[in-house]
Amino acid sequence: MNKISVYALAALMAAAATAQQKIVVDGSTTVGPIAKAFAEYFMAANPDVNITVSESGSGNGAKSLVNQTCDVADMSRPMKDSEFKAAADKGIQPVAHVVALDGLPILVHPSNPVQELTVEQVRKIYLGEITNWSEVGGPDQKIVAISRDTNSGTYETFEEKVMDKQKIREDCEYVGSNGAIRQRVQSTPAAIGYAGLGFVDKTVKALKINGIYPSAETVQTGEYPVARPLFMYTNGYPKLGSPLYRFVTIHLGADGQEMVEEIGFVPVTSY
Amino acid sequence: MAQSPSKSLVMSDAASLRLRLGGWLGQGLLFLVTSLSTFAVFFIFYFIFKDAVPFFKLEGTREFFTSTRWYPSGHPPEFGALPIMVGTGLVTLGAVVVAVPLGIAAAVCLSDLLPFRMRQVVKPVIEILAAIPSVAYGFFALVVFATVLQNHGGSVLSIGAWLVLGPVFFLLVMVAGDLLLDRLKHMLPKPRLAGAVIFPALGILAFLVLRQIAARLAGIEISSGTNALNVSIILGIMALPTVVSVSEDALQAAGRELREGSYALGATRAETLVKAVIPASISGILAAVILGVMRAIGETMVVWMASGNAARIPEPWYNVLQPVRTLTATIAGDMGEADHVTGSARFHVLFAMAACLLAFSFAMNLASELIVKRSRKKLGK
Repeated sequence: MNKISVYALAALMAAAATAQQKIVVDGSTTVGPIAKAFAEYFMAANPDVNITVSESGSGNGAKSLVNQTCDVADMSRPMKDSEFKAAADKGIQPVAHVVALDGLPILVHPSNPVQELTVEQVRKIYLGEITNWSEVGGPDQKIVAISRDTNSGTYETFEEKVMDKQKIREDCEYVGSNGAIRQRVQSTPAAIGYAGLGFVDKTVKALKINGIYPSAETVQTGEYPVARPLFMYTNGYPKLGSPLYRFVTIHLGADGQEMVEEIGFVPVTSY
Repeated sequence: MAQSPSKSLVMSDAASLRLRLGGWLGQGLLFLVTSLSTFAVFFIFYFIFKDAVPFFKLEGTREFFTSTRWYPSGHPPEFGALPIMVGTGLVTLGAVVVAVPLGIAAAVCLSDLLPFRMRQVVKPVIEILAAIPSVAYGFFALVVFATVLQNHGGSVLSIGAWLVLGPVFFLLVMVAGDLLLDRLKHMLPKPRLAGAVIFPALGILAFLVLRQIAARLAGIEISSGTNALNVSIILGIMALPTVVSVSEDALQAAGRELREGSYALGATRAETLVKAVIPASISGILAAVILGVMRAIGETMVVWMASGNAARIPEPWYNVLQPVRTLTATIAGDMGEADHVTGSARFHVLFAMAACLLAFSFAMNLASELIVKRSRKKLGK
């Protein structure tokens, strides 16, 4: 009995001696998969570093960084003035790391014959000026518009790139995640929705926008109009060589770029 | 041990004091523990209203209660919560329509019709419904039920109409036939023959009307399965165990003497149920209904996942086939972006909504207390 407790104590002390470094990541559900892949990769190489990744939305990520409850804030949109101000008030200096690029494909049901829309048409659909698929070359069906909740960075990007800051129609449906968007679109023949490039698969159809199909190339070249950079924010630039520094620079290496591509996003640099 | 001679039966002053102190201490501790829950309620009221008041100071009350435009992230933002309140009301009403008749019927069946052994099995099974996490209900509503509603909306509606309206129409025919016969008894020479004509005639009429309704419903196409109907039904099922359990307890509490007294007066089982047992336990049943309403109105996950979350009053207002947004889902969904660091109106408006919910449930509780008191008085208890 005594021996066991001595061993236990020794083990505890050993664990304490290796000084588990902790990195807490919080924020966007879009950037979350990247952070998770990076965290897995990083912890495999550095067992003494413990990384936890939560996904609570870009706004919550910024809030956590300002309140110092996380080290890295994943964000699918740039920080807003109000967030920078709140950070400055608390002595936090947010530094942006662009880890990947993301296109927002406009998704419809695979059975929908429409192949192509313009940004203008998508905006009119979400404004409620176009309400039937027949107005854009589809079947005579009422359009079911689906949006991400106003709490998401995805929504804000859509609002900025497509809606031109105009207000989405009142009967638009809101869902809480990119996965839920795909779920709703794949089961609703008359639906239109938008999600991250990583969420396009065979169960939904991505439309050409202004004649450009959303793909890694068209996003990287800037041809695809509904695209955005994805950020990780830290408090100040991390100390060179520190675990945090190595974590937020993974995307610059070949492995990191491969991971970004695997998840369905577009690497910042082509290697 | 031998009793020491100095120990008398009269307690010494010190011992008496100790005992009394101990008693006070015990009482005080228990009082403290009990008042903790009361304090919790006050604290919740205080903190919610503390953060709700700044909203009304910033934006005033008019827009919040009367405008139908909900654009908290717009430029400039608009905070019309009316459609959201209507949405909450609509799904709650829908849940009541589903849960109350079903729940009370099930409770009556459990307490007075099923044999004891069956009851021992069925009641726990119904109560398991309450143990299923709401996110599981939400997942079912979003992935399974919404898809079914979209793809086979018309047939689901018409089958529902048969199931719900069938028994209702049957009862109506029976009652109407009875009343008609009563009226006509003195005018007709052969009352028996009249009965044989009236009941089938009414039955066929009801059947035709029902078939017409079902055919109408079968023609409806539901463009989006995440709507008020979907969540109303799911919320109704979620509220069922509460309604069944509480009203069954109330029916049980009516007691054996009441039932036996009624039988002794020559009443049938149906008469006993309808005229003695249910009126005697009506206060408990009402409490069950109110608890069910609270369950439905406070539910968040299911409505957030499957109500569509469109902040718009359906047209017409009772159209349950359109998406709606509820207060709870709005609070849950908008919390992340609502900036409490800068204390914006967008943050405080959520607390204003929470305050509305709280005020409503407070009013409901008060109403239920009043109802219970009044019905007790009437029954002379």
